[in-house]
Parts: sequence; C-alpha cells; structure tokens
Amino acid sequence: MQSFRFDLCELPKETESLRQEVRAFLAEELKDVPLTTRAQTWMSFDGEFSKKVGAKGWIGLTWPKKYGGHERTAFDRYVVLEEMLAAGAPVGAHWIADRQSGPLLLKFGTEEQRQTFLEPVTKGESYFCIGMSEPDSGSDLAATRTRAVKTDGGWIVNGTKLWTSGAQHAHVMIALFRTELNPDNRHGGLTQFLVDLKTPGINIRPITDLYGSQHFNEVVFEDVFVPDNRLVGTEGGGWAQVTAELSYERSGPERYLSSYLLLVELIRELQAQNKPGAEEEIGRLFAHMITLRQMSLSVAGMLEAGENPTLEASVVKDLGAVFEQDMPVIAHKLAGTPPSLSGGSDYQQVLGVLTQIAPSFSLRGGTKEILRGIIARGLGLR
Amino acid sequence: MNEFQTILTETIQRLLSDHVSRDLIIASEQGEWAQGLWDALEENGLTKVLVSEAGGGVGAQWSDAALLIKAAGEHGAPVPFGETIVAAWLLDQAGLPVPEGAITLLEGNRLSLTGEGDSLTLDGQVDGVPWARFSKHGVAVVPDADGKMQLCCISLEGVDLTPAMNIAREGRDNLTFSGVPVVASADYNPATVGFTLRHWGALIRSLQMGGALNRLLAQSVAYANERTQFGKPIGKFQAIQQQLSVLATQAAAAGVAANYAAQAVEKGNVSHEIAVAKVRADEAANIATSIAHQVHGAIGFTYEHTLHFATRRLWSWRAEYGAGCEWAAELGTQVLQNKPEALWPLVTQK
Repeated sequence: MQSFRFDLCELPKETESLRQEVRAFLAEELKDVPLTTRAQTWMSFDGEFSKKVGAKGWIGLTWPKKYGGHERTAFDRYVVLEEMLAAGAPVGAHWIADRQSGPLLLKFGTEEQRQTFLEPVTKGESYFCIGMSEPDSGSDLAATRTRAVKTDGGWIVNGTKLWTSGAQHAHVMIALFRTELNPDNRHGGLTQFLVDLKTPGINIRPITDLYGSQHFNEVVFEDVFVPDNRLVGTEGGGWAQVTAELSYERSGPERYLSSYLLLVELIRELQAQNKPGAEEEIGRLFAHMITLRQMSLSVAGMLEAGENPTLEASVVKDLGAVFEQDMPVIAHKLAGTPPSLSGGSDYQQVLGVLTQIAPSFSLRGGTKEILRGIIARGLGLR
Repeated sequence: MNEFQTILTETIQRLLSDHVSRDLIIASEQGEWAQGLWDALEENGLTKVLVSEAGGGVGAQWSDAALLIKAAGEHGAPVPFGETIVAAWLLDQAGLPVPEGAITLLEGNRLSLTGEGDSLTLDGQVDGVPWARFSKHGVAVVPDADGKMQLCCISLEGVDLTPAMNIAREGRDNLTFSGVPVVASADYNPATVGFTLRHWGALIRSLQMGGALNRLLAQSVAYANERTQFGKPIGKFQAIQQQLSVLATQAAAAGVAANYAAQAVEKGNVSHEIAVAKVRADEAANIATSIAHQVHGAIGFTYEHTLHFATRRLWSWRAEYGAGCEWAAELGTQVLQNKPEALWPLVTQK
C-alpha cells in the first residue's frame, strides 16, 4: 500500500505584501462585476480583466522571464490564485493556460513552441482550452478516437472533441489525438498537439448547460492540417504527458473554493435572519476549508519541489469537490430561502447559480469515481 | 520528515510493534497495567520528548511529539502516553520539575484551590480522567484565590478514585479531591492563555485519531486484498474500491488537520487549529469506522478480530475533550459574530 504524503507547507511571509496588493487590485476591479458572474469565478470569461491581470504580472508568475514569465515562486502564484477565487474574479480566459498548458509546454514543448505561445498568455491575450473528452471517450480517456494521420509536413486531423470548456473563446487547443490505431499498450498511440483554433476545418459549437450559460463546446475537426512543429512532446507519449498535467489540474485552490462566494452570502443571510443553530455547521465548513487549504498547499509545495503527487492531487480534488458540491445543500438546509433566477437578495442570486452549477464540480477534471479509482490503485487494490 | 524524525518514527514503531500485541490490549481491557510497555516508553525518554534538555528531557518539537502520539493511536497503546507527554511539557514550561511515572490530565471546571504559596490544597471532582488508576500524578489548571490560573501538579496517591472506562475499555476514572496538597504549582503559561487542558487533550486525541485512522485503512485494505468472494479478492470490486478510497481521503484529511495543529503549537501561534483538527478527526472517524466495518463484514464484528481495537477507540476519542460538534459550534460562533467579509482574512491569516 502506497501511503499518502502531505508534508505541511507554510506560505513564506514575503507573500503577504503580494496578497495585499492583489486584494487592493480586486477591490477596485470587481466593484462593478455582477455577483452572478463572480459566483462562477474561474468559469467566467473576461478578456479585458485577464489583460489587466497580465499587466500586473500575475499570469505565468513562475515561468522563466525569457518567455514573458516572472520567475516567482509557486507560493506567490498560490496566493494570487486563492485571492482571485475568493473574490470571485472572472479569471476564466487565462486560467487554463496559466494552470496547465504553460507548465505543459515548459516541460514538454519545443523552444520554438515556448517562444511562440507563452508570452501572449502572460499578457492575458491568448487563451487555451484542453481537448480531451469525446462523444465516446469521457472518463475512458484512452478510448480517444479523434485521429491524426501523418502527411507531408504535418498531420491531418478528423474527429470530434466534446465538453471542451472555453473553446469558443480560446485561441489554442491542447488536443489529445490518436496517432496510432492499435498500439501494444492501451495507453499508447496518443499524442498531444497545439492546435490553432482558426485553422480551416474546425467547427466550434457551444453547448448550453442547464444553468443557461455556454461554457463547454463541441469541436469538430474535418481534415484539419496541424504542422509537425505543433506536436507536443513525444509522438505516442500523450498519455504520460496528460497524466503529469493532471496533478496541476486537480490540486489547486479552485478545487475547493468554487462555492466560496455562496458561503460568504450564506453567512450574511443567516445574520440577517438572526436564526440560531447554524454555528455548528458553519464551524464544520470552516474546519473543512482550513484542512483542504493545507492539503492543497502541500501539493503545491510538492509540485514546486519537482515531485509528481498525482495521488495526493486526486485526494485533494475528491475531498474538495464533495465540499464545494455540498455547499448549496447545506445553505438550503440552514437558511431555507429559495434560490432565484434573477432578482432577489444577493444570497438568493448566488444560491441560484451554485445550486445549478454544483453538479459539474464532481464531473469536470475527472469524475469522483475516476479519482477514487486512482486512489484505489495507489492503495494497491487494482 | 527530517533525520531525527525518521529515527524517532523507527524507534516508536519498533517499540510499539514489540509491545502492543492483541494479548496486551485484551489484558489491559481486563484491568491489567501495561507495565512493560510503559517502562519501554519511559526508558527511551519518549515521555519527556517535549521536556527541555535542562529539565532532563529530549527537548524536541511538537511536530516530533505528534509522530509519537499518532503512532500510539495507530497501535492503540493502552497507556496515558500522550497525556504524559503534554503534562510533562506543561510542567517543564512552567519551570516545575517533571516527576517520573505516568502523569494524567485533570481536565474540568469543578476544581478549586485553597491556601497560598507552597501550601495550596485541591478540592473538587473530575470525571473521566484517562488512566488515573495507573498514573502517579495529575496536572490541573485551576484558578487561585485571586482568579489567576495556576498549573498544579498533584500526587494521585490515596486520592478517592472510582474506576470507570470508555467504550474502548480504556481507564477513564472519576476522582474526588478533598484537601489534597498540591505538589508544585506555577502561573499557567501566559503564552497559552485561553488554552485549557481541554485544548491540549483535544490535540492529543486528534493526533491519536489520525494514527488510528491510518490503522483502519491499512487493515481494511489488507483484508480486502485477502478475502475472496465470487472467485476474486473483494478489493477487486469497484464498490469496495470506492469505499476504501473514501476511507483513505478521510484518514488523510484528519492526519493533515492534526499535524497542522501540532505545527501551530510548535510555532507558538496556535488559534483555531486544534478545534479544526478535532472537528475534522471526528467527522473522519464517523465515516471511516463505518466503511472499515462494512468492508470487514461479520468477522470484523467479532471480539476475536482486532479491528474493533481501533474502531472502539475512535468512537471514544471523538467525544473526549470536546466532540466535533462542540468545537465546530465554537468555530462557527466566531465566524458568525464577524462580518462575512472577515472570513477570508481569517482563513488566510497563516
């Protein structure tokens, strides 16, 4: 049985001034952003906001300066992220590139790819999306069918990606395509590519979710040409590269803070109702939040140290998703006030958003069941 | 983990594996004192891990002590090990000598002091005192005539004791003090004002629970890998795998929360961390004990099997020194007393 390692990791004192700077910036920038937008935080797209964040030097914080980065620590980055999320900043436009596509290119990309793609990201001008799921490949990522076939100077891609968040706004997709039909290994034959989404043959269709917004998309590839120099890492090495990327995707503060604004408004509502009896539940949520933050920080520390805490990241995401998904239910039980579609109190509006989007929290970035399967493998059960 | 902690972990794991057998725990449940285990802990200096070197101890840190107390919880060591570590730490910090033998915690608000200076005497009652029957001394924090909190060391010899046990059959005795002379006393450490023995007790139990949860996980995974039904180990079934994963995440969370609390004490800036640890350990115990028993089936429900040595301890410990619900209510009251906007600075203050 592999044991989990969650060494405690303290934020250096020097991060405090950065935290105050981010808070002051957000207080100014968010004062006119509607609460229902803020309630969706890293799912809210706002290119102008991302440019301002880029101008502050808060995108690609840890990346090398020669690629437009700022060579600061993972802890500085953590502080920026958690402040943005807690305030409900609309960080969706630059989020994915900052979180995982940039680190992916730094690890596996060519020098030319880094030179080309990273700097625009740090300026908040270039957005990425991740093309993984397909109509017949959701949790079973190895069933990826979208095919890239070798041709002169590049690859011809045919197939469909589905549930691709932000594809309609993104400039670039990091896509996982099948480059070999019957590999010896079930996880073989998959390759990552950088796809310019303006390439002819790509058709992006936004899909309206139950809340009424359009986050995810269907992306259809018809004879799309992707040049050789847009292959990322190793041909056939896509599975291992994606797995490494997932540690970044699964352990950040967004994995437990998606409902944070609801907790804030719930406290306001309970205070307004002057209703006794909520103390224990609020205290329990507080205890969970403190603990999740330490676990998430611990993974950030391991990533900073160059380790690959895949298992620990899965633990954080599973616990975090359950926590943030429970929030609307707990709010409902404590306050009883109905959620609203529009109008009503701040609390009702935020509850309206979170009640509807919460089911996605344990689906996106790996379902609860897949994560628990990864943990079970770590325990030596599979 | 630093080198000292690696050595410490090896030492305590070897010592506990050697001594804390199924037979030893059963004997303890029937009223026997685990003298050999206790002697080994004392002889290795482990009970004085937090006592300064000048005071005859190891002079180690709280994160080191946390490893020991967790290990004791993991093995179900039926002795007041954590209690003695904390009592010795408090006495040494207050500049008082640390007596030999087990020292328990006299936690409660029904004690009073009479007299002054060197002639203080103790009156009142404390229930559920861990292993009082085998402890030579007890430590209490009691207000003096001026209302100033005094840390008192009391000899338990001859004190009126009614034996009682928690459901793990660990000694939790009821004591009555009438004019019992205080062996030594000093002002209660001002650095920890507001922190009562209930806090330190909750920290001990949270750490022990972290250890016991790891034991539950290891035992349950091992059982799922060896028990065969429908032609394969039950651990191959997704229904079981998903349950054990939940158990693992709960154990991990409780462990992190307890370590975080110990670290905060070590850094001298503890505030809500102990309450957080106890709330988290309590919830993890509720979920984990249920899963562990479900995975073990009927055999885990027998006295013969050792699973219940961990589960009955978790059911006892979750309610000792404040149940999760009580600590959660304290935390929640603090949160709800302030503006909603004050929550985030509180979460990120450290």
